[in-house]
Amino acid sequence: MPSLLDLRRRIRAVKSTQQITKAMKMIAASRLKRAQERVIAARPYARRMLQVLNSLAARVDPESHPLLRTGSEEGRPLLIVITADRGLCGSFNANAIKAAGQFIVEQNRAEGIGLGLIGRKGRDVFRRRGFDVRFEQVGIFQRLTYAHAADIAVAAIDEFVSGRASSVHIVYNEFKSVIAQRIVLEQLLPIPRLEAATGPTTEYLYEPAADQIFADLLPRHVQAQVYRALLESNAAFFAAQMTAMDAATRNSSEMIDSLTLYMNKVRQAAITREIIEVVSGAAAT
Amino acid sequence: MALPNKLLLEIVTPDRSLVREEVDDLQLPGAEGYLGVLPGHAPLLATLKVGELWYRVGQERQYLSIAGGFVEVLPDRVTVLAQIAERAQEIDVARAEAARTRAEERLARPSPDIDLERARIALMKALIRLQVASRARTRV
Repeated sequence: MPSLLDLRRRIRAVKSTQQITKAMKMIAASRLKRAQERVIAARPYARRMLQVLNSLAARVDPESHPLLRTGSEEGRPLLIVITADRGLCGSFNANAIKAAGQFIVEQNRAEGIGLGLIGRKGRDVFRRRGFDVRFEQVGIFQRLTYAHAADIAVAAIDEFVSGRASSVHIVYNEFKSVIAQRIVLEQLLPIPRLEAATGPTTEYLYEPAADQIFADLLPRHVQAQVYRALLESNAAFFAAQMTAMDAATRNSSEMIDSLTLYMNKVRQAAITREIIEVVSGAAAT
Repeated sequence: MALPNKLLLEIVTPDRSLVREEVDDLQLPGAEGYLGVLPGHAPLLATLKVGELWYRVGQERQYLSIAGGFVEVLPDRVTVLAQIAERAQEIDVARAEAARTRAEERLARPSPDIDLERARIALMKALIRLQVASRARTRV
C-alpha cells in the first residue's frame, strides 16, 4: 500500500499537469478564434478568383497553358503534406501523416514520390525515413502570411513545369468545426479542369489579351489554393489542440477524484489501526 | 436600360476584404496605364500593376496603394482582387521610407547577387506607398 505522503505527492503532480492543460486549452481557444476569422476573411478572394477563371476558361483554349496540361511521363508525383509544428493536439498530425503514407502506397511507384513538407511534425517523420524531400517549410504557422503560400506554390509550380513532378497533390486537415477535422487530399497541378461558365456570358474587354490574363491568373490561383490549405490546417490545429487539452483536463479531474478517494481510505485505515493498537495496548495492562 | 449612377466597389486581398462601398467613380492602376471607371462602363477584365487607386464618394476621395492583381469591371460593379492593398491612412511611412532607401542603394550599386528586377519593384512599391500616404496627410 502506498503511503499517505506518496499519494499526496501524486495528487499534487496531477493537479499541476491539469493547470497546464487548462491553460493550453484556453490559449488554443483564443488562437482558434483568430485563425477561424482568417479562414473566413480569405474566402471572398478565392471565390472571386475561381469565378473569373471559370469565365475565362470558356474563351481560352485550356490546353494552351503548361499548368493545365497533363504532366510529363518521366516525372514522379509530388505530395505536399501540411502538418503542425507542435504536438499535443490529439491525432491531428498522425492523421495527415497516415493519409500521406496511404497516398504513397497507392501510387505504387518503384522510384517513390517526391514530398514537400510543411510543418515540423511531418518533416521529422518523413525525413528520418529517407524519403525524397523536394522542399520543406518549418515554423511558418506562428506568423503565417500570404508570402509563405506564394513560396510554396512557386516551388510546386517549378517542380511541375520543369517536368520533375508529373502531378502535385496536397494533403491537409480541413477545419470542419471545432470538434471535427477532416483530412483532405486535393490535386493542385495540373489544375483540375475548370468549369466553363454556362449560360449567357458577359462579353468582356480584355486588357491585356485574354490568354495573357489567364496565364497571369493561373499561378495566383495555385497560390490562393495553397494559402487556403495553410489557413484551414492552422485553424484545424488549434481546434484539435483545444479538444485534446479539454479531454486531458477532464481526465486529470477524474484522476484527482479517484486518488483523493483512495488517499482518504488509506488515511482512515491508518487511523483505525492506530486506535486498535491503543485499545489493545490498554486492555493488556 | 437606364445606366446605373453608382458603382459597387469591392476590394479584396488574400487576407481580407478591404472595401465594399457604393462609389461615384474611381481610377485604377491598369497594367497598360491608369484607367478611370464611371458607372455604366463596358465589362472589362484587366490586370493591375503597382500603383495608386482612388475612388470618390460624393466630394470625398479615398486613396489606396495597390500592388498587382486584377480587376473585373461590370456596368454597376467593380471587383478588385489585389495581392496587396492598403488604405492611405494605414501606410507606415517610416517603413516605406526605409524600403525606398534600401531599394535605391541596391539599384545604385548593382552586384551579381542582387536581383535588379526585384529591387526595381520594391522601389516602385515604396514610392507608391509614400505618394499615397502623402495624400492622406495633405487632405486632413
